[in-house]
Amino acid sequence: MTARVGIVTFPGSLDDRDAARAVTRAGGEAVPLWHADRGLRGVDAVILPGGFSYGDYLRCGAIARFAPIMADLVPAAGVGLPVLGICNGFQILCEAHLLPGALVRNSGLRFIDRCLRVRIEDTGTPWTADYGPGQEITVVLKSGEGAYLADEAELAALEERGQVVVRYCGGSPNGSARDIAGIRNEAGNVVGLMPHPEHAIDPLTGPGGDGLGFFTSVLRQAVTG
Amino acid sequence: MVDTVARAAATGDRPQPYAELGLTGEEYQRIRQLLGRRPSDCELAVYSVMWSEHCSYKSSRLHLRQFAAKAPPSDALLAGIGQNAGVVDIGQGYAVTFKIESHNHPSYVEPFQGAATGVGGIVRDILAMGARPVAVMDALRFGPADAPDTARVLPGVVGGISFYGNCLGLPNVGGELAFDPCYAGNPLVNALCVGVMRHEDLQLAAARGEGNKVILFGARTGPDGIGGASVLASASFGGGESAKRPSVQVGDPFMEKLLVECCLELGAAGLVAGIQDLGAAGISCATAELAAGGGSGMRIALDSVPLRDPSLGPAEILMSESQERMMAIAAPGDVARFLAICARWEVPATVIGEVTGTGRLELTWHGELVVDIAPETAADQGPVYDRPAARPAGQDALAADDPAALPRPRTGEELRAALLSLLGSPGLADKSWVTEQYDRHVRGDTVLAMPQDAGMIRVDEETGLGVALATDGNGRYCRLDPYAGTQLALAEAYRNVAATGARPVAVTNCLNFGSPEDPGVMWQFTEAVRGLADGCAVLGTPVTGGNVSFYNQTGEAAIHPTPVVGVLGVLDDVRHRVPIGFTRPGAQVVLLGTTRAEFGGSAWAQVAHGHLGGRPPAVVLDAERAAASLLAAAARAGLLNAAHDLSDGGLAIALAESCLAGGHGCRVSLPGDAFTFLFSESAARLLVAVLPGSEAEFAGLCTAHGVPATPLGTTGGASLEVAGSFAVPLDELAATHRGVLPALFGSTEPACRAGD
Repeated sequence: MTARVGIVTFPGSLDDRDAARAVTRAGGEAVPLWHADRGLRGVDAVILPGGFSYGDYLRCGAIARFAPIMADLVPAAGVGLPVLGICNGFQILCEAHLLPGALVRNSGLRFIDRCLRVRIEDTGTPWTADYGPGQEITVVLKSGEGAYLADEAELAALEERGQVVVRYCGGSPNGSARDIAGIRNEAGNVVGLMPHPEHAIDPLTGPGGDGLGFFTSVLRQAVTG
Repeated sequence: MVDTVARAAATGDRPQPYAELGLTGEEYQRIRQLLGRRPSDCELAVYSVMWSEHCSYKSSRLHLRQFAAKAPPSDALLAGIGQNAGVVDIGQGYAVTFKIESHNHPSYVEPFQGAATGVGGIVRDILAMGARPVAVMDALRFGPADAPDTARVLPGVVGGISFYGNCLGLPNVGGELAFDPCYAGNPLVNALCVGVMRHEDLQLAAARGEGNKVILFGARTGPDGIGGASVLASASFGGGESAKRPSVQVGDPFMEKLLVECCLELGAAGLVAGIQDLGAAGISCATAELAAGGGSGMRIALDSVPLRDPSLGPAEILMSESQERMMAIAAPGDVARFLAICARWEVPATVIGEVTGTGRLELTWHGELVVDIAPETAADQGPVYDRPAARPAGQDALAADDPAALPRPRTGEELRAALLSLLGSPGLADKSWVTEQYDRHVRGDTVLAMPQDAGMIRVDEETGLGVALATDGNGRYCRLDPYAGTQLALAEAYRNVAATGARPVAVTNCLNFGSPEDPGVMWQFTEAVRGLADGCAVLGTPVTGGNVSFYNQTGEAAIHPTPVVGVLGVLDDVRHRVPIGFTRPGAQVVLLGTTRAEFGGSAWAQVAHGHLGGRPPAVVLDAERAAASLLAAAARAGLLNAAHDLSDGGLAIALAESCLAGGHGCRVSLPGDAFTFLFSESAARLLVAVLPGSEAEFAGLCTAHGVPATPLGTTGGASLEVAGSFAVPLDELAATHRGVLPALFGSTEPACRAGD
């Protein structure tokens, strides 16, 4: 049985096609979900893809969190549905309070598209189980508002509970606190990631195949779990 | 009170502000003859924008006919010049459409929005053909890199392209960045878009079928870019009430993204009987061209156009250049489904009129007829000028100022210093500061992007079919000889595409020049067009479309003639692509082509001596063809680790770039004068690295294709070494190459990393 992974398209979503390709390459079935619809079509996991939902108007992710489909996604995430937010998806998860903290403008004030190394800090989530502890991988960072921020108490709590899932190697390129590139909720099923693993699934079109692990992890979890 | 057609007929002698709208007295008289009366204010607005240089190509049209007349036989063209963009058959049922367009003047006035809307405009051109836009590129030219105004213009332009293109979800896969004092005050911002479709998806800009509905959809119409119309308003209404209005349009890439998805869904549902984007001249242009294209008439109620500013009058609505708008023709029975798809994408859409059989473009304002013209008189029958052209007086002296007289580096130490000084000059430095601000990964089909020779996009994931694109221009060569310089730009773009292993098939162009009213500029223009048409005939690559930008000058000082040529190539399987970097040791480094002592207009002459004179390198198009077919064969056979075209800065820069891109050094021996081998810019040359074990097979291919091949050495090591002369460690090359633009325009890195 193939696991079914839903991919939500908001107005202005851009990397939905790439996320679907990554799910397919990993051996799963990508199920398109439309922002204005209700219901998650019985999927085993959901990806909120990158892009500029609603043109980033107001604040990145601030309008998308009110989309009808979020009314179904938030409770499902609360009871353990694996959810991965990539880039704009991460911003939406923060705006929806499924993850703590916020993403703000890069400290260099410019958009950055760069292939870079990140370290997997937590292999206990459904999205990172196929990686080794401390494994370094190459993925694509491409964002203008990718600096992760939270207050000191929140950051300390995240560290203490081991909720930092991915960290930039060699310093953050965008001013993220504690070089944080990705975090999870306390339960571990919801992960937000600023870099794009879906752009690192094939050396032909990206920096290699390191990113595929996020998608194989969740498929394995869905089938065996 | 609105100036209706009836009023115009009754008040034939009322003076009209035609000169303020950019029309000459003769052009105004011609309009009166065509109509048999004076034009109404709205008609005057329509003719003034449609007969502008920008829309009518009145100074260039006569010359551009050569592109069709001299076009080489090609069975690849599905649609050519005259459509919004040319369409090329690339096989397997796919077609590709691509076009480059200038947004120079707006980008100087307001760099961010000027460049952003340049991207938006070219993307809609591609969309109007029925294609999905899949990538963009930008060819940028600025004044001196260290000039204060460049610090205003360049970051704004790059930021605008980044803002619009990234939000739209189109990978930016290449382009150019050049600096020259001649572009101070006249930056060149040329944006290219490429789109993909199935053959049957091709849409044409034609309104046919009496009773079919005309639908305007996308953004609401506001007072964007209608500086001219305020003249009419003040003349007609006594003036005073019209607020200051922006002459540069403001872009909304989010609306454009919705418009793209909406248009593609409408096309796939078979609901589009004709379509046109709204660019310059807005509704005037779209209605006139759709009606003229279909040989039909059209009746439109201008008061039904949804407005962002309700105070706009009919002439302003006609001239508005508000962005993110399209106009489509749909059968009456399809309108409900059409509007439903627009609603799903939250794109405002309004039926504003219908196609008629009268052959007239009739526009009404609250029931009163304000425009009644034959659409082809505005769209196709604008004035055509054969402007005087004369070779400028200084041209011979310029050609006589041969760079052979310039002092040259001789010793190894001097040659090394010359290499580093070129590599660290802004025009040849690493462009990451710019290209990192562009999303090159979105859509997941980008096979090659900056700093590769060409951008490459996969079209079909199963078969690997893909396209490669490169743009090139060299204002310095063209200043010395516009005919040869334009052919060199064509040859370089062609060579860049060929270096990836792709087969060059078609050409687009953006012709950036000074004022056509200057006979010297007009001579440059006619020479450039003739050069491009003749060059395309030899290379077998037809011109499929393009754009002319005149009046790039400040006072009497025009820019160098700067035709930018875009070449499209096809690769049957992108897995065979060849990148520029030496990614492994032990590969044989081979120089292809013939090196002559050619330094006229060279990067070395510019950087070392601030010199521009002599003759540009010889054009050798037969050799370009031979090298291209060799590269395609070698790529298909999998013989190459790397291939890189030689252009600005010659072999020295190509070697350095291949080392830096791949992370491996090389050791080469030069069979002759080291300075000439390193810095000459002879055309039709490439650098390749041949995989170990493939040397004999590759040498055989070179012989078979008649391409001179000179083995120079081997890849490997941590430095670029020229035997018996000098060596530079890769670290030093990298530091020199990468530090330049951040030092000029600010680091993108966090100000402080310590203590994070």
